Amino acid sequence: MSETSTPVTGRPYGDFAQRDTAVHPAAYTPGYKTSVLRSPRNALISTLNTVSERTGPVFRADELGPLDNDLILNFAKEGLPIGERIVVHGYVRDEFGRPVPNALVEVWQANAGGRYRHRNDKYLAPIDPNFGGCGRMLTDENGYYFYRTIKPGPYPWRNRINDWRPSHIHYSLSGDGWAQRLITQMYFEGDPMIGQCPIIKTIPSEEQVRGLIALQDIGNNIALDSRCYRFDIVLRGRRMTHFEATKQGDR
Amino acid sequence: MDRFSFSPIASFAPVRLPETASQTAGPYVHIGLAPKQAGFDIFENDFGPVLVGPETRGERIAIEGRVFDGSGSLVRDVLVEIWQANADGKYAHPADRQDRPIDPSFRGWGRACASFETGVFRFETVKPGRVSGAGALPQAPHACLVLFARGINIGLHTRLYFDDEAEANRSDPVLTGIEWDVRRQTLIARRTQRDGLPVYALDIRLQDTPDGGLETVFFDI
Repeated sequence: MSETSTPVTGRPYGDFAQRDTAVHPAAYTPGYKTSVLRSPRNALISTLNTVSERTGPVFRADELGPLDNDLILNFAKEGLPIGERIVVHGYVRDEFGRPVPNALVEVWQANAGGRYRHRNDKYLAPIDPNFGGCGRMLTDENGYYFYRTIKPGPYPWRNRINDWRPSHIHYSLSGDGWAQRLITQMYFEGDPMIGQCPIIKTIPSEEQVRGLIALQDIGNNIALDSRCYRFDIVLRGRRMTHFEATKQGDR
Repeated sequence: MDRFSFSPIASFAPVRLPETASQTAGPYVHIGLAPKQAGFDIFENDFGPVLVGPETRGERIAIEGRVFDGSGSLVRDVLVEIWQANADGKYAHPADRQDRPIDPSFRGWGRACASFETGVFRFETVKPGRVSGAGALPQAPHACLVLFARGINIGLHTRLYFDDEAEANRSDPVLTGIEWDVRRQTLIARRTQRDGLPVYALDIRLQDTPDGGLETVFFDI
């Protein structure tokens, strides 16, 4: 390949900055009970980026369908799904503020009553025959994405016997390198259940919790149609290369 | 006389936003990332565990694995993704500047779920070639794996190496960077043959298991 710099910044493809583990949940978080037997006991082993971590899968727009980012219509059979119509939009940037174009953003969620279309979900709230609950899109050249959906409802789960998840939408991001791979969850401004959730409490700081809360974007509501939420995402960034030492044999 | 007899630097790292916090993928990750396994059909084109097409160059292999928790129980709701070079040791991404051929029929990425019944996940791929390392040494053939599941707060990165590449494995800079020789073995898949296809099998343990199994090495990449 002749292309040796990122399409947006024109900078050379550098290593990713070290992940700041202090901004993420620890693996072992006993308030979230399932983590107890599913968290490594050894420390992670930190490695230098190699070509394996600097690179990552590339996705093409023609692999996605025209309704893939419209959860209101992409599973509608004989009518529209029931619930609050919302649009969610925002930017995916790296930690140095640069847009991440062509990132694959995948989302999944429960329906308006808090029921997932999944063979293992036995909650008594009903399935909505016109709602699937998943969507996907690629960010544009500015790192912008948007999709339309039904606002999900909260639901109970067996952690403590009366724990409930706040309304949330799951997000998966594949950016421009394997080291950027991220799965997270988005919550909604003003939800009183955010402060009680054991999964949110795995996050070590208030600031990082705020980073997962989508804000009402009233100016972008669509009159008599849909409300709007704004949610931006930050992925790891490639380091600037002003002073980068070239490692022998690396390139 | 000008106080600045040399040029000041224009900028170094002007912005540093914190990375968005990770959260668990939860038990219903399949809805978004593998809807057929969740029990419904929605997308025309699903991303899945088959990395090869009829034109792909290289030796066809399967990679199979299981994931165990600290009680030795199968993690049946895990989602695993793979990222690997093609048979010539070249990644399908512009940041790979090695002078080797791209394979237009090989993206190098796939996504598999453990079966709810058997707990086995499986990829159909080609055996990757060697790629350059962070130092002068080439890396042994390997595939990068990342695990997401209920109970896992941040995706767990590991690597899969091949037991029939013992010599390359002995000098691999990442494997030899693991201080404890005994832990390196947790990354090496065993080659078997089934129905004429080489199958590399790897069991991943999130913690030491009661049967004496060692916790797999996980990386902060």
